Order: sequence, then structure tokens, then C-alpha cells
Amino acid sequence: MNDSKLIKPDAWEFLKTHTDARIALGSVGTAMPLAEVLAFKMAHAHARDAVYSELNESALIDDLATFDLPIYTLQSQVNNRHTYLQRPDWGRKLSEASKKELAQAKGNADIAFIMADGLSATAINKHAFLLLKILIPLLQQAGFSIAPLSIVRQGRVAIGDDIGETLQAKCSVVLIGERPGLSSPDSMGAYLTYQPKVGLTDESRNCVSNIRSEGLSYQTAAEKIFYLIQESFRLQYSGVSLKDNTDSGLLT
Amino acid sequence: MPYHYTVKNRRYAFEDLKTLLAKATPFRTGDALAGLTAESYEERIAAQIALADVPLQTFLNDLVIPYETDEVSRLIVDSHDTEGFKKIAHFTVGDLRNWLLLEETDAAILQKMAFAFTPEMVAAVSKLMRNQDLIAVAQKCTVVTQFRNTIGLKGRLSTRLQPNHPTDDAKGIAASIIDGLLNGSGDAVIGINPATDSPAVVARLLHMLDGLIARFDMPTQSCVLAHVTTTLQLIEEKVPVDLVFQSIGGTEKTNSSFGVSLALLDEAYAAALSLKRGTIGNNVMYFETGQGSALSANAHESVDQQTCEARAYAVARKYAPHLVNSVVGFIGPEYLYDGKQIIRAALEDHFCGKLLGLPMGMDICYTNHAEADQDDMDNLLTLLGVAGCNFIMGVPGADDIMLNYQSTSFHDALYLRKVLNKKASPEFESWLLNQGIMDEKGRKLPIKEAHLLLNAV
Repeated sequence: MNDSKLIKPDAWEFLKTHTDARIALGSVGTAMPLAEVLAFKMAHAHARDAVYSELNESALIDDLATFDLPIYTLQSQVNNRHTYLQRPDWGRKLSEASKKELAQAKGNADIAFIMADGLSATAINKHAFLLLKILIPLLQQAGFSIAPLSIVRQGRVAIGDDIGETLQAKCSVVLIGERPGLSSPDSMGAYLTYQPKVGLTDESRNCVSNIRSEGLSYQTAAEKIFYLIQESFRLQYSGVSLKDNTDSGLLT
Repeated sequence: MPYHYTVKNRRYAFEDLKTLLAKATPFRTGDALAGLTAESYEERIAAQIALADVPLQTFLNDLVIPYETDEVSRLIVDSHDTEGFKKIAHFTVGDLRNWLLLEETDAAILQKMAFAFTPEMVAAVSKLMRNQDLIAVAQKCTVVTQFRNTIGLKGRLSTRLQPNHPTDDAKGIAASIIDGLLNGSGDAVIGINPATDSPAVVARLLHMLDGLIARFDMPTQSCVLAHVTTTLQLIEEKVPVDLVFQSIGGTEKTNSSFGVSLALLDEAYAAALSLKRGTIGNNVMYFETGQGSALSANAHESVDQQTCEARAYAVARKYAPHLVNSVVGFIGPEYLYDGKQIIRAALEDHFCGKLLGLPMGMDICYTNHAEADQDDMDNLLTLLGVAGCNFIMGVPGADDIMLNYQSTSFHDALYLRKVLNKKASPEFESWLLNQGIMDEKGRKLPIKEAHLLLNAV
């Protein structure tokens, strides 16, 4: 790996300033140099580890205690990752035991927050609390009531419908680990659904995506979600016809 | 029950052709998710044995989706070459498999027979074939298309240069294009997946590609993979469109979930032809497909995902496309779980598409939640090279930073050309030589700092 004379560099390395794409890698024969191959494999390893990561429930519960809200630890109808990856339908429904447990909760609050592992529990372990630390006070100051918090193992986005409906919440916000990319193993998404109920599909939701250190900051994400919640309460719907105008000046 | 087979004392019955096809399909998670798969290994092979005995004639009567309720079914029946079919009308599915593998069944015969086959017939026969058979027969088929260059000739391997960028940044995209061109990629098409379907953004990218192709007199074509309605609007606005793109599926309902119908595709095809921007040929459409899309849209009508996929090819071939690309591993593990399933599906799709007369390429790819890695892609890449795949993707370092999945790199294409002694399309090969990018053996040449391509960003 140390004899750089073995590698033919590309004359256009200066183009790397324009993109994060893996350009100007150089070559050995027709192949990529080994350092590039190993860097790729390491990125893939991080993504794979993220898919198989698990929620750190005790740490989450300790952090979330600051909000002084009831916390439920729930499970979908899936027991392991192998099944989770093959049966998205089962990941959208609560297990019988979890359903019973949640039925005891006090209902009728405005907003139910649900933290689900999705395809990267790492993302939830890293970002969920830090986002809520900004967002929940913002909502409370604006007069919104917050339902009990839920942490869900092996959950998909639509499990928020099951939980939100059981809690009789007016709106659900699912924080979930997004499908890891090679450069983003810990990206979190937030899916907002007004009047959640079982059977809704993606067009009924609004999504704030790419919440992570190198992506959307906690502050910006919290403001976007806060805006969408206010708008959905005002309009009494969520989904494709509810537009996020918070950055209309940015997209040209 | 018209279809059945008995193993020892156990009688397996299959109520209709679509059930038989589903149960005979090599296992994949998507069919299990749809509840269509065989319940045991034995039932699967019983179904295959029963399927082998089904006369091809049956496929014209027992439609997997009724003629009355699905326009793709109507297209399949109405475009069937009944004259050509006479040659094989007495065959069973099993006979067809054996006939396809005969030495005498050559490229010219297969080309003539393309419209005598229906998608369901080729899907059925593929279910009885081993990977080796799928490769051997596909390799015999040649499907050549032209726009500004010639794609699909024997001994050639082309690439779609895929320079995506998460914010559609023009310089970021241009940097990836230059990287690809200097690595010998981009002859099938330079094709951008835009991060947004906004007509203004798509128009800006099309102008950029058009400028680059014109400035360097490149024998290739551009495409921005927007929705067909967006592209139609831009054609009206005189934006320079080379190939018109659309994702398509094998049922009417799948297509309507994509926001298209045959009537809309007819309109797009006519508009694309009217531009006459191809210099040596008039293959103007680019379609993408993939097993699982029908189920994902809840539009599979209880037909297995591979048969749905083959039906999408009936839609594609109506429009004499320049390129058809099955994005095989993109959909995720709930449809194709691991490297084994992805490889099998890719070989099936390539085989079925070629037999039906399509210029098949393949996005050899996987997502990070699938049980697959670069070794699986190397295997599939090599297998498809042997099978004679028209084109593959060229993505910088195999890492698509916009779509967040892994495909094949520019280096992968160079590897495949090298080990299988293949070259880029002839017009593009000459251009690479003239530009001093490659030598006549397809080896990369050192690029001088003054090379105009290095100053094109």
C-alpha cells in the first residue's frame, strides 16, 4: 500500500471540489486502487452495522425522563431483523402485548412522538433525544399537549398510525432511522401524520428527512417540524397537499 | 383443476395458469410477501414439472390478467404474431426450453420469433431454466439500436453514465460526467436522475448535457430521467430532449400508479420521434423496470413478480426503445433478499427482455439493507457480460450519492471489457481514440492538463 508508483492517478483530482461522488480515484490496471476499495468497504460496513444496530432503550429512557412524560417501550409484530427486512407489513403493526399495554395509556393529547429503529437504530440513539429537546419545549410553549412517548423495536413508519390511533392523538410524529447510504449510516427521518389511523399511506404524511450531523441540523429540523405541525392543525390535514414553505427561497 | 402433478401419493393441483406460474417460480421474498409462493420445495418442483407440460397454445387462452380489465393484456394479445407462432404452436413450455437451447436455434431465428412469444411464455420457460440456460440463450440474441451511435452489437459493452448529485448541482454533475468520459463510459446514454421533478431544473440539466455533447461532438445521447409528462412539457417548450424516459410496469394498475397509460406513452413516443435528433437512428425511448414494482404499487393482481416484469417488456417493445434497463437490486430485500435472488432475477430479466426483442441493459445494484455486497455484483457483472447484456450503469466509484445505493463503477465496465474482450460502441470507441482518452486496445491514456474536457466544468 505504500508504493504509490503502482497507482496511476487521474489528472482531474481538482474536480473533487465540486462533488462528494467518488471521482478521480485513479487506477491499477482497470481496477480501483486498493485504498479506494477498502474505503468503500468500510463505508458499506458502517451501513450494514447500522441496519443491524439496536435501540439503546435504557439510555433513551434516561434522557427522555427530562420531559416528565410517560414512556412506553413497544414492539411491532416482528421479532428479529431477518423477518423485519422481509415483512414490512408486520413491521407496521403493534404486537398484541404492546397493543394491550398501550391501551392503558391516557389519551386525547395533541401530538404523539414515536421513536422507531427503522433501518438504523443508530440514528435514533444519536439524534432522537437531541431533536426532541428543542422541539417539545417549542410545542409546549405554543400550547400543544404531548401524548406519552413511545419507543418501538422493529418498527416501520406506519406503526405510528397504530400508536397514534390507540393514543387518540390528533397528530403523530414518527422519528425513524432511514435506509443507510454509504455516506450516511445514521440519518433520521421524521414523518408527520394528522389524525393518524391504521390504513393510511405515504401520501397522508409529511416527511423531514436527512436529520444528522452532516445533514439537516436539529435546530432546522425542529423548526420545520414545528411549522408543519402548526400548519396541519390549522388546515386539519397532512400529506402531499401540505407544503413545506420554510425554505422556499432556497430551491431554485 | 386443469394443472396438476402427483408426487408419490401427494397430488398437487394449481387452479389456473397464474397460480402455476407463481408456484413454479424459484423462491424470492417478494412472492412470499404477496402470499403466492410454493409452500414447500416439493410443491415448487411439482409446479415446474406440471408447467413443463403446458402447451404454449394455453397461454393464448388462459390469460394471467383478463383482456377486458387490463390494457397490457390487450396489448399482449393484440400484438401477438400468430403467423410466426405457428412454428412453435405445437410446443409445450418444456419443448420451448429444449428448442431454445438447440444449436440450430440461432440469432436470426430468435429475432424473427420475438413477437411470436408472449411475455408469459418467456416468463414460464425461464422458470424451468437454470442460470446457465438463461445465459446461453440470451447470448444468442442480438438486439441492436441506434440514435447517435450503435448499441448492442456482438463484442460490445456500453454504459449509461449516471452522474447524479443530491442537489442537481450543475458543476457536481459535470465533474462526474468528465470522470466517466475519461474512463470510457457514457456510450449508451448520459442519464441523470434528477433529485427533483421540477421542469425548470430538468430543463437546465438538459441544456447542460446538450451543450456538452455538441461542444465535444460526442456520439452519444442525453436523458434526464423525469416523469414523462415533465419531458413532454419540455419538448413543447423546445428544450433539447434526446431520449424520453419513463418507468413502466406489467399491469395497467402499476402503470397508473406511475402516472402513465399506453395512450400517454403513445403521445410521448410520437413527440420524441418528431424531434429527429438522432443522427443515425430513431430509437428514442428509455424505459426502466424492475421485479417487485407491481406488488409495491399493490397492483400485481396475484401474478408473481417475474411474470409481471416480463409483461412490462410487452409495453416497452411497443415503442422500439433505445434502452431498457431492469433496476434489479434497487427495490430492496422484501422483494429480492440477497445476492442469490438478485443474480437470478437479473439473469431472468435479461433473458426475457432479449427474447422479446428488447435492447436489455441491467442496473447491477443493491441497497444497504439487502444481503449483498460488491462480490455479488462482480459475479453478476461477469455473468451478464457473458450473457451479452447491452449496457450497464457507470456510477463514480459504484456509489450513487443521490439515490443512496450501489451500482457498477466506470472501473467495473473497464474490467468487463478487458476480461471478455469487449469494446465500447463503435462510434464512441472512435471518439475515445480521437480525444486521446483510450488507445485502440481500450486502455486508459494519460490525460494532459490542457485537455479541453478538463476545462469543461
